[in-house]
Amino acid sequence: MTVILSAALQAEIYAHVEKTYPEEGAGFLLGVDGPWRRVVSIYPLANQREEDARHNRYLISPQDYLKGEMAAEAQGLDIVGVYHSHPDHPDRPSEFDREWAQPYFSYVITSVQAGKAVESRSWRLSEDRAQFLEEIIQIA
Amino acid sequence: MPMLRIPTPLRTYTDGQSEVAVRGATVSDALSDLSARYPSIKQHIFNENGELRPFVNLFKGEENVRNLRGLDTPLSENDRLRIIPSIAGG
Repeated sequence: MTVILSAALQAEIYAHVEKTYPEEGAGFLLGVDGPWRRVVSIYPLANQREEDARHNRYLISPQDYLKGEMAAEAQGLDIVGVYHSHPDHPDRPSEFDREWAQPYFSYVITSVQAGKAVESRSWRLSEDRAQFLEEIIQIA
Repeated sequence: MPMLRIPTPLRTYTDGQSEVAVRGATVSDALSDLSARYPSIKQHIFNENGELRPFVNLFKGEENVRNLRGLDTPLSENDRLRIIPSIAGG
């Protein structure tokens, strides 16, 4: 499994999650799926969790999902994944991430250390929901 | 027939189709029709008691059916229904 991301889009993700630090930032990955999954644009969103939970939780409301889906449709794209940050934590999915994960999506997690985005890794839920499987992020 | 928009995570279970024409006069009927035709999608929409899973939302046009009449919300021929997941993590 591979997800293709441009350096410019990765920079956009980093800029968003550095801005939301020390809270988690999140948004959608819009793109096309085929032999390779290619992200074409991102759709940054506000974290809808209550303020005192945003340092380690994120929520995208159904209303925001609808807006994201419409934005994707307008560009001839689909929502192919979700990005979010782990402030001062590694870029591995948490148990809470797995419990709430949707099948199919690429979950790009960015570790933000002391306000600086340092690394991203991408994950997909296994078909039996038991674990996340890492996929390669190809910067192209 | 009303059209039901399938979110990308669930298209695996509808043979890749993003929209499915569904039969039914209510949201509940439409979901039953969908589940009958694509049985593997049912477990992702309903729990073992046949209730809608909490992270599954249904929008008629731009309105959450929870704010209308829930699963009893009526559908007409030209309505567009969407399954919208709530997305969360930590």
